[in-house]
Amino acid sequence: MTQPPLLAVADLSIEFRTREGIVSALDGVSLSVRRGETVGLVGESGSGKSVTALALMGILHPAARVTSGRAVFGGLDLLAASEQQRQDYRGRALSMIFQSPRTALNPIRSIGQQIADVLRRHANLPHAKIKARALELLARVQIPDVERRFDAYPFELSGGMCQRVMIALAIACAPALLIADEPTTGLDVTTQRSILDLLDDLRRTTQMAMILITHDLGLAAERCDRIVVMHAGHVVESAATSSLFTAPRHPYTARLIASTPRPGAKLADLVPIPGTVPDLRGALTACRYRARCERAVAVCDEPPLPRTETDVGHLVACRRPL
Amino acid sequence: MPEAALSLLDVRSLTKRFPVRGTTYKLHAVDDVTFTIAAGESVGLVGESGCGKSTLARLIARLLDPTDGRVFFEGQDIGQIPAARFATTPARARIQMVFQDPADSLNPRFTAFDAIAEPLHRLGRLHERAALRRRVEEVAELVGLPHALLGRYPHQLSGGQQQRVGIGRAVALAPLLLVLDEPTSALDVSVQAVILHLLAELRRQLGLAYLFVSHDLNVVRMITERVLVMYLGKIVEAGPSEVIFDRPAHPYTRALVSAVPVADRAGRRQRIAVTGEPQSAVDPSPHVCRFFGRCPDGFARCEQQMPVLAPVAPDHEAACHLSANTAESPCSSSMAAGPI
Repeated sequence: MTQPPLLAVADLSIEFRTREGIVSALDGVSLSVRRGETVGLVGESGSGKSVTALALMGILHPAARVTSGRAVFGGLDLLAASEQQRQDYRGRALSMIFQSPRTALNPIRSIGQQIADVLRRHANLPHAKIKARALELLARVQIPDVERRFDAYPFELSGGMCQRVMIALAIACAPALLIADEPTTGLDVTTQRSILDLLDDLRRTTQMAMILITHDLGLAAERCDRIVVMHAGHVVESAATSSLFTAPRHPYTARLIASTPRPGAKLADLVPIPGTVPDLRGALTACRYRARCERAVAVCDEPPLPRTETDVGHLVACRRPL
Repeated sequence: MPEAALSLLDVRSLTKRFPVRGTTYKLHAVDDVTFTIAAGESVGLVGESGCGKSTLARLIARLLDPTDGRVFFEGQDIGQIPAARFATTPARARIQMVFQDPADSLNPRFTAFDAIAEPLHRLGRLHERAALRRRVEEVAELVGLPHALLGRYPHQLSGGQQQRVGIGRAVALAPLLLVLDEPTSALDVSVQAVILHLLAELRRQLGLAYLFVSHDLNVVRMITERVLVMYLGKIVEAGPSEVIFDRPAHPYTRALVSAVPVADRAGRRQRIAVTGEPQSAVDPSPHVCRFFGRCPDGFARCEQQMPVLAPVAPDHEAACHLSANTAESPCSSSMAAGPI
């Protein structure tokens, strides 16, 4: 516990300049990831999960501006890093897999070549060894018949296979941290399971840490050591998985759990969350869940948004936690 | 089923084959599918992507022409009417469809009002302005869309509001059967919960029958009474939703059910491993079980004789050589299951 975390994000705020005004996409986001740990980043669309990931990777849209914060990873502040430094860590120490593997892969380059590209840039391998290593990686992600598949193009592979190729690309240089942004959304439950089993296995054998971004609470519960819940650009709660599910403290977390269909649950058990995610343009209340919250009181409008540790490692950003 | 004549929808040996471009091969998207839906019944259709569930939904909604087989709706063989002409028949008003992504399926140049008014105008012969407005407003109330939003275009509505419009235009003509193809999978869970409650309420109020296509088994269980499980163009299991999810008889259904993530560690099921890639749907062998090769229980007979749907319990059928006699003992000896 005394060892510094692998990644420490503190007070990260990001704005987007749009024609309709400035959108406050992230506001004071803090989270940390320890070596070998899987941290789930959950929340509805527009909560800022993906923006957080893109900021860490240094691939934010040009309209985005980091207005505050640090993200220290291996002694380097990712947000202050030069493009040269970024290119050096990206794909090597820190890598990312994306939601739709078919669009994230290069459609006109064979999958084997795409893996070889990463190895050439980062792995410091002699030219003759690159193909062998790429084949090894494809086998590692359980792609059958690798010799033949090396020359295949993404369109020749199923969605599950493309996601395996993405994983092979991402782990090519044994990263210390892998960001998986909805890695199995759009895949079938059986394929989803085998992809996540593969990631778990890689994590166990290489001590790789992972940030798993998902809107599927069931999946996060099953795969993550800790969970960070986001709502409208705020981290509203973060805790160890079991305590988050057994004793959620933020009203939004409790609502999110209650609105998620669980195996065997009846429709009557499914309670919708009132209201919608607020418009993130213009002036916002200190607590961005306030308008949807049935526990809100006048003091909830007053800044700053509190961030209280209610239990060891259980943080909640609420004036009236459950 | 003896009461088949009373069924609202009676699908018999329905088959759809798509030609594979540049070859004489055929992709067997839907292969000899038979089932019924009673009036007011909610039936789920589950299976992985590419199994043919969307094609089946489109055949029944008559957006696609079948290669073979029949689709009886209220006793009329609507499968014979070409899809291109179906839009102008009275039956079009009685079978409607709700699509996955409302942002994609609504006309971007139609306001919410226009989207709901269009079917009323075309099929409902409702041309008088005041009457049309009255009915559109009635429908908007039915689907919980505030009147103030009727003048908005799809991009000015939230995902949940868009799907309310999508459902509104489908129920505007008071159909008897609604074919819903993944109606909530593009929505956030909080919005999904609202839409699922709306769908249950509409069914209660209007007595609609649903064919609910989804890959989310937890959702299907909540919203349906009976479930059809599809694998590579074939229905491999059919039965009451509770039974299918609690005591699945087909190895594929067992694998599917066991793969659903469960938050509660104590509530987790034994996992059934499915390995390997599915067989190709292009001209598959008529003698080999479609699940053979991935099935943890496969044996010699599965490669020689295609199993057909056979009763394993009352109202419960499975197409598996093993399940015919082991339905009551779901843990057959050869199952490759292990604790998580």
